[in-house]
Amino acid sequence: MRVWNEFIKGFIKENPTFVLLLGMCPTLGTTTSAINGMSMGLAATVVLICSNAVISLLKNVIPDKVRIPGFIVVIASFVTVVDLSMQAYLPDLYETLGLFIPLIVVNCIILGRAEAFASKNGVLLSIADGLGIGLGFTMSLTILGSVREILGNGSVFGFQFIPENIDKVLLFIMPPGAFIALGFLIALVNHIKNRKAA
Amino acid sequence: MTGYILVFISAILVNNIVFAQFLGICPFLGVSNKVSTSVGMGAAVLFVMTLATTVTHILYKAVLTKLHIEFMQTVAYILVIAALVQMVEIILKKVSRPLYQALGVFLPLITTNCAVLGVAILVTQKNYELLQSVVYTIATALGFFLALVIFAGIRERLELYEIPEAMKGAPIALVTAGLLALAFMGFTGLIAVPW
Repeated sequence: MRVWNEFIKGFIKENPTFVLLLGMCPTLGTTTSAINGMSMGLAATVVLICSNAVISLLKNVIPDKVRIPGFIVVIASFVTVVDLSMQAYLPDLYETLGLFIPLIVVNCIILGRAEAFASKNGVLLSIADGLGIGLGFTMSLTILGSVREILGNGSVFGFQFIPENIDKVLLFIMPPGAFIALGFLIALVNHIKNRKAA
Repeated sequence: MTGYILVFISAILVNNIVFAQFLGICPFLGVSNKVSTSVGMGAAVLFVMTLATTVTHILYKAVLTKLHIEFMQTVAYILVIAALVQMVEIILKKVSRPLYQALGVFLPLITTNCAVLGVAILVTQKNYELLQSVVYTIATALGFFLALVIFAGIRERLELYEIPEAMKGAPIALVTAGLLALAFMGFTGLIAVPW
């Protein structure tokens, strides 16, 4: 039951993108389409689950004073693993996501979970937490990517449903569109929250 | 020489690190409430970023390529940056009190600023010479400085206006940033970068 709660909280209550506003750089930088956003989210999820698991195992070994550098080394190692695997097996995707794969290291969501959760809880709970937060992040990125792809390109996951010859709002797949789309999505989430509270 | 000037202008206006490359968004949104703090943050980033790129550049050329362990790049760079930030903090505390008071609070935040690591990796990927990477880094940091200060100025004025409940805080900041990015898009195609 506890495991399930830790898993489910990442989707809505503690959603890293829409509620906690963490990890903004990859959120804005990689969501030009639904598939790119989803891939970025999944890459971060893999790193998050692995680093959460290892850090919760090492929590009694790492001295308190050097815990942050210790966490960063663990995270950086897993990022390197993901980075090299993607370069080998998914070269096209690696090309699109580019710099944002090595930059998972400085994603505040991952270090945040290590510090706030994995360093205080057991392995199973930490994995559930990593999986939940990671999938919540993936979900947000997919939603933002879909919105931008629908408005800017008339397609979703590459499926074209607005014919090519009709003009779309190209702005949304360009950098300014990322800021504006995310701004309005967060406003929507706030609006729903305010209504519930009232 | 012209090459350096063009790269300078390009990194500040055309390929602005915040608006075109989406790096350093967290401090961009986090410390842009007041112009005075944004100036402090911008200066701290300029300082650390230049130092970090110089050190990681030498590290890559002198150690990682020599030992053929280029795959250790991410791990090595983040450790160097973290150590560097800590060192700068200690030195500043001893050497210059006023400067430490001005920049000190921003220094710990910079370790997790993806712009610093991002530029260090970018410079390595582009295979720049040392001088080229330093010029590129300074220009990029100035671009960050410019974006941050303009944005803080707008946000200060935004405080005075009535904003719909749901748009308060982050949403309105993001939309403002989007409009600023739109303005910066006007520089696209202004110059051709030589390297």
